Amino acid sequence: MTYAMDGLPTHRRVPDLVVLPGTREELIAVVRLLAAHGVPFVPRGAGTGLSGGALADEGTVLLVLTRLNRILRVDHDNRLAVVEPGVVNAKLGAAARPHGLQYAPDPSSQSACTIGGNVAENAGGPHCLKYGVTVNHVLALELLLADGSLVDVGSPGGEPWGPDLVGLFVGSEGNFGIATRITVRLTPLPRAVRTLLADFNSLRTAGEAVSAIIAAGIVPAALEMMDQSCIRAVEDSVYAAGYPRDAAAILLAEIDGRNVDAVVAETEVVTDLLRKSGARSVRSAASEAERERLWQGRKKAFGAMGRLSRDLVVQDAVVPRSALPQVLETICAIAQRYELVVSNVFHAGDGNLHPNISFDATDPALKQRVETASAEIMATCIAAGGTITGEHGVGIDKLRYMPLIFDAESLGAMHAVRRVFDPEERVNPGKVVPVHACREWTSARSGSAYAARHTPHVVLEPVL
Amino acid sequence: MTILEKVTALLGEGAVLEAGTDRVPRIAPGSPDAVALLLGTAHQEGWRVRIEGAGTWLQSDAPADLALTTRRLDRVPAIEPPDLTATAEAGIGLDQLRQQLADRGAWLAIDPPGLAGRTLGSVVATATAGPLRHGFGPIKDHLLGVTFVTGDGRMVQSGGRVMKNVAGYDLTRLQAGGFGAFGVIVLVHLRLRTLPRADVTYVLEGAREDLTQVGEDIAAAGLTPAALELVSPALARRERWVLAVRLAGSPALVAADETGLGAASGGGRFASLRAEEAHGFWMRLAEGFSVRPVTFRIGGVPAASDELLDLLQHQLGDEWISASPAAGAIRWTGEASIDRLQRLRRTLAGLEVPLTLERAPWALRGAVGHFGAYREGVGPLVTGLRRTFDPGGALVVATEGS
Repeated sequence: MTYAMDGLPTHRRVPDLVVLPGTREELIAVVRLLAAHGVPFVPRGAGTGLSGGALADEGTVLLVLTRLNRILRVDHDNRLAVVEPGVVNAKLGAAARPHGLQYAPDPSSQSACTIGGNVAENAGGPHCLKYGVTVNHVLALELLLADGSLVDVGSPGGEPWGPDLVGLFVGSEGNFGIATRITVRLTPLPRAVRTLLADFNSLRTAGEAVSAIIAAGIVPAALEMMDQSCIRAVEDSVYAAGYPRDAAAILLAEIDGRNVDAVVAETEVVTDLLRKSGARSVRSAASEAERERLWQGRKKAFGAMGRLSRDLVVQDAVVPRSALPQVLETICAIAQRYELVVSNVFHAGDGNLHPNISFDATDPALKQRVETASAEIMATCIAAGGTITGEHGVGIDKLRYMPLIFDAESLGAMHAVRRVFDPEERVNPGKVVPVHACREWTSARSGSAYAARHTPHVVLEPVL
Repeated sequence: MTILEKVTALLGEGAVLEAGTDRVPRIAPGSPDAVALLLGTAHQEGWRVRIEGAGTWLQSDAPADLALTTRRLDRVPAIEPPDLTATAEAGIGLDQLRQQLADRGAWLAIDPPGLAGRTLGSVVATATAGPLRHGFGPIKDHLLGVTFVTGDGRMVQSGGRVMKNVAGYDLTRLQAGGFGAFGVIVLVHLRLRTLPRADVTYVLEGAREDLTQVGEDIAAAGLTPAALELVSPALARRERWVLAVRLAGSPALVAADETGLGAASGGGRFASLRAEEAHGFWMRLAEGFSVRPVTFRIGGVPAASDELLDLLQHQLGDEWISASPAAGAIRWTGEASIDRLQRLRRTLAGLEVPLTLERAPWALRGAVGHFGAYREGVGPLVTGLRRTFDPGGALVVATEGS
């Protein structure tokens, strides 16, 4: 049962077999055995994903990679590290720190999620506003394809070796194979960090403050927003961070850098912008302990929301930053219309929303309302010029929305690319691309196998 | 009917431009749909098509039945300063785009080699980043999405117009630096920055090894230059090597870094360039790479930069060279034979350093290829991707050479 779900409680699949290889060689041997027998399989890291992407259907083997957890090398001079896929994100950060370096992508689940999973999902995190998401930090990969062959893509210096196959692989959600060795870029630790907490009377004002900071040409390390529902959930939990409970929204803004004077000067500018944009108060963390407390509230917000009800749908969408105020108001209206509790905690600087719906999955009528509201929220974000996922991936949860943002030709192209890496579609089948919605795509390589791929094997409806 | 007559019937006389010296008909479709129509027809008819932008970077000499130029795809459908995004057609010249963005207070933080009128599509397709790569990353980091037309005339969208997007596979990154092997880019969604309110350039002349040390000191001091470029004397038109430092961003950031620069270089040895001098310096540097017949880039780890510069000097000479040591990126231009380039690529491959041939006459790039000396298992994947996006082989691109 441990492996029947990921971090999203709305999808459940029980795999026939779970295999936990202990070494790279064991992993290769298992994949080659599966290839010899034509058995589909799903690679899985810590299972913290939020799109149902690491679930295995009946007849599919789940390959859990958490035992491949060695940090093979930290190269201080060249600011890189080579790791196995099961290395936990925070452990890589801890290994880099004595060298004065950091692994910048910091998903909220970083104390548990693995680098292999981060690569598969192209994971983000609060500090990706300044430092970029996972794909900006992956230099080279050793790939194990579905047929058991090994491929080396990229180079330690980051220059693609031919077409950018590293960039193509990152975020492919396991559909192209398994990254068995991952070379990542490390960046120097900032020498100065300032964390600001600003609170607002309305979500709209907070959204406008975000636009003002971005327009000023300052790129904070992070710019995170929480609404009142989320603030109160955090303050009622063990993760209470001292957020003002009466605020309609708070912004956490962090400015960091290697030049202390520059950080101090930019912090003053941001503080001024927040005040001019209507912040009721702006407070700077006075100590490292206070900074950690402010961040703990943000990073554990999803956990804190567990207090609100039995189940939680963690949504993920992106809109243009200028659309934030309007979209947030529309989401609020949707929540009221369906009588649902929606809490917003998100990466405001990127326009990356996480509207989270608290509900009780044992109530069928409520489940239906949650599903309808989720679809309306996605439609709202798409109508605003946005997209259906910024960092959680498509998995099975967002499959049904893919035809809303990509036409049949573009989906067909994605499907055809997947078949270059995995002609039999055995790795993580039924994820990312809704096969029924693809336009026919013939290529020299596809040939006679073409008809086979039109056999629908995708579960399109979430199992709410 | 001749190819020209068929194309004229298909797209109208306005799409037919004067042929180049090799008399290959030059066709300029006026819209992305027209590109799809042309390539769909080429696929059916078995025509071989070479892709051109403004014709100022890659030599227009590949053997083909017709040349498809994107130069009439020069619209900018959207510039959104509050969102720091823009959407531009691939055939717009970078100089025009830059101006339109500046008028709205926005900045595309790239400075690729070549002439100012080089098209956006050319820069994206060849992924040619310039010195700003140091501070703002490679070309692909500035892309939010692309629309491209495959070799058999299908229009494909990838990515979108927002800052983060993991919906579907990232075909944008395949197109960036694909040299057109996987289709013709027709539309680009860009990530912008605000026009820097402070933008200054400092230069220091000296021996290469001394300047390398200064560069390391600057990095160690925690400065965050937009560019930190080591330029050979011939390219910089100076007596000795030049280390050029560009600081660009908020006034607060630039002022703090200027103070730090003086301390890092042992007390104000850098010379400050006036705004017009700085513009001229960076422009000459960019243009220098489109003068000589062959240009390539290599990418190694930062600690190997010195060794790689020595290797280039030993094998090819170091007259025209520019390097961003901290980013591990080196660009060379000059004259080189097929044998020498192939030997160099093999040597570099042994050091885990890829060589990407950016421009060269067809006789050379057809033999050497933009890419080569792939690591284990890469070749079949690239071939599979080419067949997927150009099943009839209509697009003439020297991907791996002969």
